[in-house]
Amino acid sequence: MDELLKLLRKNALESPANMAKMLKLPEKEIKAKILAYEKKGIIRGYQAIVNEDQLDLNRVRAVIEVKITPEREGGFNRIAARLSKFREVESLFLMSGGYDLLVFINGVNLKEVASFVSEKLATVNGVVSTSTHFMLKTYKDQGVLMEMEKEDERLKVSP
Amino acid sequence: MKGSKSPRNFIASHLENVPKSGIRDFFDIVSTRKDIISLSIGEPDFVTPWHIREASIFALDHGATAYTANLGLLELRQLLSKYVHKSFGINYDPVSEILVTVGVSEAMDLAIRAITEPGDEIIYHEPCFVSYAPVIIFAHGKPVPVITAREEEFRLTPDLLEKRITGHTKALVLNFPTNPTGAVLDRNDIEGIADLVIKHDLLVITDEIYSELTYDGERLSIGALPGMKERTIFLNGFSKTWAMTGFRVGFSCAPPHLTDAMMKIHQYIMMCAPILSQKAAIEALRNGHSDIIEMRSEYKKRRNFICSSLNEMGLPCHVPKGAFYAFPYIGDYGMTAKEFSLRLLDEENVACVPGTAFGNSGEGFLRCSYAADMDDIKEAMNRMERFVKRLQKK
Repeated sequence: MDELLKLLRKNALESPANMAKMLKLPEKEIKAKILAYEKKGIIRGYQAIVNEDQLDLNRVRAVIEVKITPEREGGFNRIAARLSKFREVESLFLMSGGYDLLVFINGVNLKEVASFVSEKLATVNGVVSTSTHFMLKTYKDQGVLMEMEKEDERLKVSP
Repeated sequence: MKGSKSPRNFIASHLENVPKSGIRDFFDIVSTRKDIISLSIGEPDFVTPWHIREASIFALDHGATAYTANLGLLELRQLLSKYVHKSFGINYDPVSEILVTVGVSEAMDLAIRAITEPGDEIIYHEPCFVSYAPVIIFAHGKPVPVITAREEEFRLTPDLLEKRITGHTKALVLNFPTNPTGAVLDRNDIEGIADLVIKHDLLVITDEIYSELTYDGERLSIGALPGMKERTIFLNGFSKTWAMTGFRVGFSCAPPHLTDAMMKIHQYIMMCAPILSQKAAIEALRNGHSDIIEMRSEYKKRRNFICSSLNEMGLPCHVPKGAFYAFPYIGDYGMTAKEFSLRLLDEENVACVPGTAFGNSGEGFLRCSYAADMDDIKEAMNRMERFVKRLQKK
């Protein structure tokens, strides 16, 4: 992957001036490259990684394994695209193995998730079965540990 | 008369004349301070990769708590032999030519003691790591520094070297990439040095602890040149490459008779390197290649950032090709390196090691380690810029 993308994935708030220094490129070029990535849709957005467990939101997050019947001309795509449009769906992946789609849901409460699954998801034409798992605690998300790291334990000066 | 006679001075005179490490002095000052940003740390800010730590834990779980062979675990030596061949193009026999040590520090001490007779001159390049001269003195040798210059990016050129060779010269210590300057030698330099070494029948002790952290140019070990393996002791370790400083594990590769001589000292004073560290080292060599690539790419970005920041604020700094130190020149402000670093610490809470900790020739320079968190480096650069701007106004 391009070093610039690596830097942005690590910290999307990094200033173009700093990235220019790190990559030994003119700042102008950094800005132009970012713009090009955005235009091409390679960079799809910028978000904060939030440790929701610390917020007492009482929200419910669930992962649902979905089996579907692939369709002639289109395979899994039509149903997957349709499910993606639901507001409750955070992420959706096509999987190999025992089921076809893995759906990440963020709901206000248990009831809302339950009604989403039974009324919206399971009733979509082509969905064969669902299996819902609730998430209990986040330890690491998108490469970031949720527990704050301890202070640097190295000696302050060493040879 | 019992108790009335004061004891004589028991400390050996050759030891008493060795000053305490300048790093130690500076550490004593810095450790009294709170909320400082330290760019004075000579070890990676990464924690040892988890799979390596886990291998050591697994070994402990399974009762790996005994001595190992003096030379080190055979499996480790076999992996080292492959690693050195693949990365440096030199073949060493795992049974007779490789010795696992407690860090490169021990290996350096063994190498120097194994070859030095009273009065032998050992040449090394300066500014350099703190321990070379003391170790030579402890072995009753005579340390002979060759001063390298900023104008040549602190490279040791054959010309500089030849001027210091005498009839008493026994060996040459090389450390490239260099702590604290980040200097790297190019092929011409290395070939020229090898010619001199052969011409004057010298031995080379090459400390290549930072070799995996070479960012630009070819990585060539002097031991790989024709005719050089027989007169080279190759030292390396796991501390910098895999962020394993606390494991204390390094190794030496040298022809059998030299390895034997070093081993003689090692077996009487150390027995063996700690087994858990050796187990961790095995895992590093087996599955740690991607760790190196990741670390190197991260350090390179930090290096670029810190060097351009230093140059922009008015502290001229060559771009080091290896290790993880920037070595800016601070001699334009009418202060010694020590005064400069103390004032920087007082006024802006940033700790950088004065260049003089690495030999007198480090006067006028600071060592700024970029083995620090990127956010800390950014903040340190802001503070240093503020500090330098104030000095410039006066």
